Amino acid sequence: MANTKPTLQPDKWIDNYADYLYNYAVVRVNDSDLAKDLVQDTFIAALKSAKNFQGKSTERTWLVSILKRKVIDYYRKINSKKGQAEVRMNFYVDGEQEGNWLEERVPQSWDNASEKAVENEELKDQLEACIDNLPEKYAMVFRMKTIQEFETEEICKELDITASNLWVIIHRARTQLRKCMEDNWFNS
Amino acid sequence: MFKFLFITCDEATMICNKSQYNEASLFEKIQLNIHFLRCGICRLYTKQNNKMSDLFRMKATDCQKEKPCLSDIDKAALKQKLENSKA
Repeated sequence: MANTKPTLQPDKWIDNYADYLYNYAVVRVNDSDLAKDLVQDTFIAALKSAKNFQGKSTERTWLVSILKRKVIDYYRKINSKKGQAEVRMNFYVDGEQEGNWLEERVPQSWDNASEKAVENEELKDQLEACIDNLPEKYAMVFRMKTIQEFETEEICKELDITASNLWVIIHRARTQLRKCMEDNWFNS
Repeated sequence: MFKFLFITCDEATMICNKSQYNEASLFEKIQLNIHFLRCGICRLYTKQNNKMSDLFRMKATDCQKEKPCLSDIDKAALKQKLENSKA
């Protein structure tokens, strides 16, 4: 029984899987250059460890599993180094009045909210700008959950975070986004 | 007594955000509604948050329509890099 064990065909990788892997990466990191780098790193890592491929999964599944680790590594990087450096906006009081709204950050009412929420390009651009303004880690988790509509469980597994961790991030991201849209769109 | 029913604005808006994805528990929803009785700010936040969700859904529909892929130039460059790394 020759040829029952699937063998790797690195020469065909790019034609067969580059788009699939790129797509996988870009919906997670939302940056085309970064996604290209991750795909490239994946192929290079795959070449190096080709001898470890046991043929238990398909070639594509195996490549995706390598890319998954690259995505986690990226998340950990923005979580540790850069994530800390970015200033996050506080909305609630610390200390005695803990958990109450900070006076200067209290939500203001929006005039003509329904008129302003009509779909148009300008609105989409502003929304995009607000999401880009979030600390990188918030933006990544927020996009995966809200824009790409991944299941909570899926995100937790892929980024190796807990559900309560995820909700804290979503909560902060959304509170900041609401404020950003209030300042730059609804009440501008 | 019943102290566990009372939550801060931070906690209330957290539950509100969770419920935008239909993932708040029944107990959390009860806590949130009790909080609403005495907090107009969080009621306003919630109303606006629903609007924000509409905007996000609009964006989600847009983004999911896109099918990003690599250009031939990108692929050629990728092939070159891979070839170099073999050497």
